[in-house]
Amino acid sequence: MPGNMSVVISQIDKSFREVHALKQVDFRVNDGELFGLIGPDGAGKSTLFRIIVSLLVPDSGTCRVNGLDVVTRYREVRNVIGYMPGRFSLYMDLSVEENLQFYATVFGASVRANYDLIREVYRHIEPFRKRLAGRLSGGMKQKLALSCALIHRPQVLILDEPTTGVDAVSRREFWEVLKKIQQEGITIMVSTPYMDEAELCDRVALMQKGRVLDVAVPAEMSKREESPLYALRSSGEVYPFLEKIRKQEGCRSAWLFGNELHVTLQSPDDEPPIRAEIQSWNVPSLEWTSIRTSIEDRFMRLIQKENESSE
Amino acid sequence: MIAVRDLVKKFGSFVANDRLSFQVHKGEIFGFLGANGAGKTTTIRILCGLSYPTSGEIEVAGHDVYTEREKIKRKIGYMSQKFSLYEDLTVSENIRLYAGIYGLNRKYIARRESQLLEQLGLQHIKNQLIREIPLGWKQKLAFSVAVFHRPSIVFLDEPTGGVDPITRRQFWEMIHEATREGITVFVTTHYMDEAEYCHRVCILVEGRIKALDHPASLKEQYNSKNMNEVFIKLARER
Repeated sequence: MPGNMSVVISQIDKSFREVHALKQVDFRVNDGELFGLIGPDGAGKSTLFRIIVSLLVPDSGTCRVNGLDVVTRYREVRNVIGYMPGRFSLYMDLSVEENLQFYATVFGASVRANYDLIREVYRHIEPFRKRLAGRLSGGMKQKLALSCALIHRPQVLILDEPTTGVDAVSRREFWEVLKKIQQEGITIMVSTPYMDEAELCDRVALMQKGRVLDVAVPAEMSKREESPLYALRSSGEVYPFLEKIRKQEGCRSAWLFGNELHVTLQSPDDEPPIRAEIQSWNVPSLEWTSIRTSIEDRFMRLIQKENESSE
Repeated sequence: MIAVRDLVKKFGSFVANDRLSFQVHKGEIFGFLGANGAGKTTTIRILCGLSYPTSGEIEVAGHDVYTEREKIKRKIGYMSQKFSLYEDLTVSENIRLYAGIYGLNRKYIARRESQLLEQLGLQHIKNQLIREIPLGWKQKLAFSVAVFHRPSIVFLDEPTGGVDPITRRQFWEMIHEATREGITVFVTTHYMDEAEYCHRVCILVEGRIKALDHPASLKEQYNSKNMNEVFIKLARER
């Protein structure tokens, strides 16, 4: 139902011995949304997903999927979610079609009834349906695992780093498939360390060291960031200018960003003197321009603030 | 630094590397890109002296991979995401172990160890087990250990997987500094913005080289604004 919240995460805390894996995690995922959980290893993404799919119990706080509490009503939750964990969830000594059949049966669904949902993904591996899952390539295993997660027509699909370590082309193709699945009305939560994928989500939660640093729509990252952001571009190398820029009065931070440097200033007043300084270097290929804050820029700003406050 | 001519590697009838030819120049950051299964790891293993080619002429740091593998191993460093440091040894033990493996002199090791710990700001955790320190510090330490013996070339196999965006950039700053000291860097990655940091990029598709050039030239050739677009356009060419 539109306007409803598919997943409600309230003040979740979870520790493993000395590791405080999740700290007061709190946010909502709307019905039909493609929601990204963005962060590095150790941020707590997998732990949070395991709680949502009822494989782990939180130390405190609650989580509801489609109104069902994941702790007290876990059996019902398990019927409405589809889960693709980080490591492949396949039976290596069963064939492609045996794996699919198994997952359908476990959920009391039929492959035939739900084939239309997985067709886009499954058709690539259908020619190999008699091959043992253990003998598939990485990309094909991924497609099979996704098909198995979808075969019972879940309402919420949870994908734990489905594209980590995969090349840029395969990743893009995977996200095209995700968008198609979203059009079927399925809510999707996906975790990823790749910032370009984060930009493809309807909303994202930025996580680091167990904490959610921000939850926002990608396009609105600029509005949430007060410090003005600039790019220094060169037709040649930019690395030689990194130290020079960092030494400038008013430069809060400067980082490599592909073929440019992203520079955050302390305040807008610092821009004219820095621009003048760059011009004085007399390098004609250098370009200095204000830019929109991307998710990655915002994330780095937040991480830096976290690191500074914990020092 | 590296000269490869008609490298072929077969596993049974499967051709993992299909007549690769390329050179890597001294002091260069050479990017080696491609999908998983395209043949990158196979090539790196051959260049590191860990595996024999089926055929072809290959020289690394002036030594032939067929006859002088042990000499090659002394002149190179290696770091990958999957394996870099021993988790159940301390920071200090790892540094000294690798230094010993690469044949560094004992007095020299002690001095370089304290230099390195200071440079990375890790003195306070030198006696902590690797498994207990944050991933970002592990990565930076692993790189430092890989270049500890000042090799001619360092091979980095997807070195920045899983770390936060700040750590990833700090890591690349370390790579740039190493290049300034004359170390040649051979790196594979799935982060396309990292491809931009390379002086030249080689893209493998199904065991063959599909492109080999400076990022700027590739972007012009494929009418793309970044390496991500180049990669996608190239991979979609049939």
